[in-house]
Amino acid sequence: MEQTRKRVPENSGSIVTRWFLIASALLFLALFLVTPLLVVFVEALDKGWDAYWTAIREPDALSAIYLSLTAAVIAVPINTVFGIAAAWSLTKFEFRGRNVLITLLDLPFAVSPVISGLIFVLMFGAQGWLGPWLADHDIHIIFAVPGIILTTMFVTVPFVARELIPHMQAQGREEEEAALVLGANGMQTFFRVTLPNIKWSLMYGVILCTARAMGEFGAVAVVSGHIRGETNTIPLHVEILYNEYNFVGAFAVASLLTLLALATLAIKKIVEWKISE
Amino acid sequence: MTTRRRNILPGFGISTGFTLTYMSLLVLIPLSAIFLKSATVDWHQFWTTISAPRLIHSFKLTLTTSFVSAALNAGFGLLVAWVLARYRFPGKSIVDALVDLPFALPTAVAGIALTAIYSQNGWFGRYLEPHGIKVAFTPLGIIVAMMFVGLPFVVRNVQPVLEDLDIEIEEAARSLGATRWQSFRFVIVPTVLPALVTGFALAFARGLGEYGSVVFISGNLPNTQITSLLIITKLEQYDTAGATAIAVVMLVLSFVLLLGINLLQARSRKFQEAA
Repeated sequence: MEQTRKRVPENSGSIVTRWFLIASALLFLALFLVTPLLVVFVEALDKGWDAYWTAIREPDALSAIYLSLTAAVIAVPINTVFGIAAAWSLTKFEFRGRNVLITLLDLPFAVSPVISGLIFVLMFGAQGWLGPWLADHDIHIIFAVPGIILTTMFVTVPFVARELIPHMQAQGREEEEAALVLGANGMQTFFRVTLPNIKWSLMYGVILCTARAMGEFGAVAVVSGHIRGETNTIPLHVEILYNEYNFVGAFAVASLLTLLALATLAIKKIVEWKISE
Repeated sequence: MTTRRRNILPGFGISTGFTLTYMSLLVLIPLSAIFLKSATVDWHQFWTTISAPRLIHSFKLTLTTSFVSAALNAGFGLLVAWVLARYRFPGKSIVDALVDLPFALPTAVAGIALTAIYSQNGWFGRYLEPHGIKVAFTPLGIIVAMMFVGLPFVVRNVQPVLEDLDIEIEEAARSLGATRWQSFRFVIVPTVLPALVTGFALAFARGLGEYGSVVFISGNLPNTQITSLLIITKLEQYDTAGATAIAVVMLVLSFVLLLGINLLQARSRKFQEAA
């Protein structure tokens, strides 16, 4: 395999064609992907480091960061447990409806973010199914923190499961069976055999899930109600600052999410590298 | 059937039960709310909502911009996937990692960054506008934003197929007298096509539902309102029924696309297994 791949370049056109194609691809990526990345940091530091730090430490920004972290701290562990359970069920057993379940798992990816928010408004909003009951009991979900957490959970459902399923599928179940035959119980088998095998893809799934939980915009925008200092997550705060023409503030806060995105990419590379080892 | 070994692994009941319960409570029941809600709307009202000129315009705009951006991504994505799969050059692994940036970067951040670049005084905007090319606050800006979010779908679908492509088949074609172009056209293109179409369809579907990256660069002008934005507008006017009607049309459209993509992937798998 490695040998075949190394032979490829010699066979794929003249040197001129090759470098022309490489140069065009890199130019395209530089214009379309790298420039947006750079502009975030350049705009954030437009008025210097002091302005940058002030913008990040402003109370509304801090409360947005706090809310995003809260949503992530609740959504990510729950979806991690769910992802492990779903991957265990879907890869270690064969049953009717298994493929349907795998397709359904992707639904939160397929549904537009605005619609993801809308479904929770229809459930819990003032005119929604449970709206009157919730109003009677003075429970606030829409335009309040619980709605933001629910929506975040919805949009991040598939991440961990999607990373684990192909990996656990490829691994089969021989190793677990051997452990069980040798007298390990279910928990021991999971923690000593399965978990060490999947730890890297699990870690990557958790990181992706976290990045999305902190960065979701459309779905959360629908249920948040944009109450400053109360129901604004980091991306919603970015939107408000931007619409107020406070560009340094908007890009400074956005740069935090950009750093998180870059960390996600770096970890993905490390994980791929670890798995191929 | 008799040869299959009995599965001795524990936890089937609890893991499947938890998966089903969680999916039902968090995903299936809330999603069904949208269809039940739309069933209570009478057809006349439903029709008036979705045939309003403003909405028809947004459907046309969203479909056109998603289609154009997905088509452009199919071209550029194929180029990027080709270069990453076939050539070695310095910094390749960084470039490869960077392709996933649009997946990892929150859409709102992409939205404000693109707007800053393409607006009148932006890095690119200041050179484009004197030549009469307005990007920000026009449909062209929407296409740029959708291209940004859709690119990884094409690259990540096509790249593995190109990497697995057997070099011997190409060599056979060349040794039988095919020109470089012929071996590309008759050997590589047919193999890559299913993956390319899947990538295109996924990018197209993503464009249809995209909100965060588009809403800033489109600027909410009468001629740049995408359908997602109109759902939000309806909700802000407390017109839940109207918002639901639009959402149902979009959901049906994206489910049809998803079904098509699944069929396509099943077909290309069969094709690959046969090969």
